[in-house]
Amino acid sequence: MSINVTLFVQMLVFLLTVWFAMAFIWPMLVAAMEEREKKIADGLAAAAKGEDSLSDAKNEADKIILDARNQAREILDEANTRASSIVEEGRKEGSSERTRLIEKAHGEITIEANKARDELRAEVSNLVILGASRIIEKEIDPIKHKELLDKIVAEI
Amino acid sequence: MEEEIHHGPASSTDYISHHLTNLHTGEGFWNFHIDTIFYSVLLASIFIGLFFSVARKATSGVPNRTQNFVEILVEFVDAQVKDCFHGQSRLIAPLALTIFCLVFLMNFMDLVPVDLLPEIGLMAGIEYMKVVPTTDLNTTFAMSISVFILIIFYSIKAKGGVGFAKEIFFHPFGKWLLPFNFILKVIEECAKPVSLALRLFGNLYAGELIFILIALFTLSIGANELSEILHNLLTPGSIILFMVQLLLGLIWALFHIAVITLQAFIFMMLAIVYLSMAHDTH
Repeated sequence: MSINVTLFVQMLVFLLTVWFAMAFIWPMLVAAMEEREKKIADGLAAAAKGEDSLSDAKNEADKIILDARNQAREILDEANTRASSIVEEGRKEGSSERTRLIEKAHGEITIEANKARDELRAEVSNLVILGASRIIEKEIDPIKHKELLDKIVAEI
Repeated sequence: MEEEIHHGPASSTDYISHHLTNLHTGEGFWNFHIDTIFYSVLLASIFIGLFFSVARKATSGVPNRTQNFVEILVEFVDAQVKDCFHGQSRLIAPLALTIFCLVFLMNFMDLVPVDLLPEIGLMAGIEYMKVVPTTDLNTTFAMSISVFILIIFYSIKAKGGVGFAKEIFFHPFGKWLLPFNFILKVIEECAKPVSLALRLFGNLYAGELIFILIALFTLSIGANELSEILHNLLTPGSIILFMVQLLLGLIWALFHIAVITLQAFIFMMLAIVYLSMAHDTH
């Protein structure tokens, strides 16, 4: 057991090993490990971000649905108003039309009735004159009694 | 550990001293411990091979099992370094990783049955073999002195030559006790590599020695012929000794798993702490 040249050989072996580890082993391993660490951190961050954006999208979707619902309700309300106003207008128009038609019919009827009455009157007067002339053919001179006859016709 | 086959004279002293002798070549200072060098180069190659093969195709995607294992070690070491060392250094973390893995692997050779590799070596004509490089003071001092050089280097780098000189001469007692400061500082600094090396060496040497002592139980059974060994093994006394050795070997090996890991960790931790102390200005 003695210290001798083996010491220096061993130092050489040791230092070469250390040098090799420093140059070719440690940096590669640490680089790979750090890269993996970064990858994992990035992955976790991306996952968190994805979760965030998912909840954002959910909120957005909720908002859109709410808006749509409100809009639908507004449209429905408007449509209802419009419908009832149309119905109202229709009813108004209908009733005025009816009144007009009725009035018109009334007028026509009156005119027709007057006409018919006039005709009837003329007919009756003719008939009366005919009858009367038959009865009193000789007695009555149509020209002489025209005034009287007209008076009768007017009275019928 | 369980079975002892010993060639030649089988006295306990011979057996132990045989186990504690390095395979060496050269005399005096030029004495190379071939087994120590061989095993540390082999283990360093295993460390580099495993880690480099992973580092070369390291993916930032899903890692496979080997990469996972390597990354656990890297992360563990990195956490220790970041806890203690607050400066910027490209060296300290890989240094700590190398220390931990290398010391652990070297210590792990202690758990290989104490006679297995030497006996295989004997068959191949290699007379002596110590398989645990950390039971050789040269290995532990090689590492601790390398760390010591880095401590000096980092001290000068962080504080500048003047600052480091000031720290040596004017701390902790001011300029009137300059020589005393200097002696104190030298002792303080030198204690670091010495304690690092001796702690590791002492633990592993003692552990190895206890494995050898446990192996002594059935030394008498050893013989040159297999039939002779079987014949010796079948006496009641041998069976008891065999069982005792088995049990003690098991207990010590289990305990030693903790020791080798702990020693590797302590060596790494202290290296980090010393280097961060060197880096911090007082």
